[in-house]
Amino acid sequence: MDEATSTDGGLLLAAAVLLPFVAMLLGMAGGGRQVQRVALAVMPVGLAIAVGVAATWLDGSRPVVYLLGGWAPPLGIALRADGAAVAMLLTVAGVVCGIGVYALGDFATPRGSAETRTSFSYWLLLLAVWGSLNLVFVSGDLFTLYVALELLTFAGVPLVCLAGSGETLRAALRYLLFALGGSVLYLLGAVLLYGGYGTLDIPLLAGRVAAEPIAWTALALMTAGLLAKTALFPLHIWLPPAHGGAPAAASAVLSALVIKGSWFLVVRLWFDVMPGVVTLASAQLLGALGAGAILFGNAVALRQVRLKMLVAYSTVAQIGYLFLMFPLAFDAAAGRIADGLAFSGGLMHGISHAGAKSAMFMAAGSIYSALGHDRIADLAGVARALPMSTFAFGLGGISLVGLPPAGGFLAKWWLLSAAVGGAQWWWALVLLAGGLLTATYLFAVLSRALRAPAAPLLLRSSNSRWPRPARWVRARPKRPSAWTWA
Amino acid sequence: MSVEMVFAVTACALVGIGLYGLIVQPHPLRKLVAFNVMGTGVFVLFGALARRGAAAGMPADPVPQALLITAIVVAFAATAMTVALLVRLIESTDSASLTSEQPADDVGTK
Repeated sequence: MDEATSTDGGLLLAAAVLLPFVAMLLGMAGGGRQVQRVALAVMPVGLAIAVGVAATWLDGSRPVVYLLGGWAPPLGIALRADGAAVAMLLTVAGVVCGIGVYALGDFATPRGSAETRTSFSYWLLLLAVWGSLNLVFVSGDLFTLYVALELLTFAGVPLVCLAGSGETLRAALRYLLFALGGSVLYLLGAVLLYGGYGTLDIPLLAGRVAAEPIAWTALALMTAGLLAKTALFPLHIWLPPAHGGAPAAASAVLSALVIKGSWFLVVRLWFDVMPGVVTLASAQLLGALGAGAILFGNAVALRQVRLKMLVAYSTVAQIGYLFLMFPLAFDAAAGRIADGLAFSGGLMHGISHAGAKSAMFMAAGSIYSALGHDRIADLAGVARALPMSTFAFGLGGISLVGLPPAGGFLAKWWLLSAAVGGAQWWWALVLLAGGLLTATYLFAVLSRALRAPAAPLLLRSSNSRWPRPARWVRARPKRPSAWTWA
Repeated sequence: MSVEMVFAVTACALVGIGLYGLIVQPHPLRKLVAFNVMGTGVFVLFGALARRGAAAGMPADPVPQALLITAIVVAFAATAMTVALLVRLIESTDSASLTSEQPADDVGTK
């Protein structure tokens, strides 16, 4: 790809990355009372920038490119947004705005109340996660992506231990050690690629890379490192305590968005950098790990006592679906991975899972703060006491199960079509079994929540019948942005 | 053995030792040291690769040097953050163990 200049609207990409970080610095200077105002003020602006990038991309029907300082690769660094990046930018902007409104309930510092370090950190970290994710989506070279991934880790780990208890600190430390191991493996792969091909720019590298040992080694190392960060089975053990133990507004960010950063990077590597290097066996292995995640995660989710841990294990399972796209996209005849139905399905699943999982975590958080516990066995009467939260939880669950008209249905439909069309029926079985298991734990929760309580339900907080609007805005798993690139 | 080979073998050995330590050692501080050993291996490899520019008639390739500095800064920040977390963990639980005493079902407060 020859790009001598930035395209129209390229500056929007730089703005999408810079805005959250500038807001973070402003908030840090402004202190605990100002930080939430700054965060809430930039959220609509960030959303508008994402929409602007999408409009520019639709207009030109080619990737939006911004060359930093006007230097073209290989000398300079380019920011690029293709269809997948645009879809993810929009998703993240939308979900962050929704979570921001919800988080006002937990982390607001109203006039007259004392500033707390937890609230202060939460807003700063939320902005940092947003900026890092935007950088992951638009980076055009593998080293910038490494830095973006590290930023994402540094922003995500403190979110785990916001509560500051020993157990959450332990979960955060475990997460950090997994992430560090993963990042050093990724860096090693990037170094090998630079040594072999003399560039880290994605389009240049894609033109030079060949199916030979150094490319295989680099791909294997980078993928293994990213799997540890994404928590794909069997490297998932850090995820449930980390995501289940964090405050709900932080869990929603971690489960819906942070894991998508490293997943998106695997997609970039396999589809954009080395589509001809990957082999059938490696794609099938990635799919097998995904299938393991779906079966194991769902089975363990069924055994959970607490609602938030159930949702966390459901994330373990849903990560599996994200990796089914790799074997399904492999074109055995051409011996390479190709864009198509499986790619759209995988991306669609990433998007609808972001909406659904953030809704479920926030609903679980509302239920916890209203009841003072989230034991699934004692949820009777919750549907009457907190109808909107239960409804949001149900809608999120419907998307995860894959019932129409949710986004999850479309994702599963495309993945299933790709499995049947590509004569890989065994993945179709996994998809269907996973949907059934998901439905089982969803109904296990909902049937208890809908039951009449033995004793009148005592609500700890004055959660109104119509709670904060965010919860149900976010609960709609199907969003128009998903259609723009489909 | 050529100079490049010495660097390559050293880098391999460091990465291998670091990866082994990161997986096998139970104590978080040892894991952190192992991460740093592994990172050093990657840096050695990257630095040695800068010699490749010599083939193109230049004294050396400057890009790896620039990236290397960034990678070292990132690794340093990661190390500092891990140590800070570890200190907090020891202060609040009086142990540095990564395995939790309570079953995973009861993790978390909120």
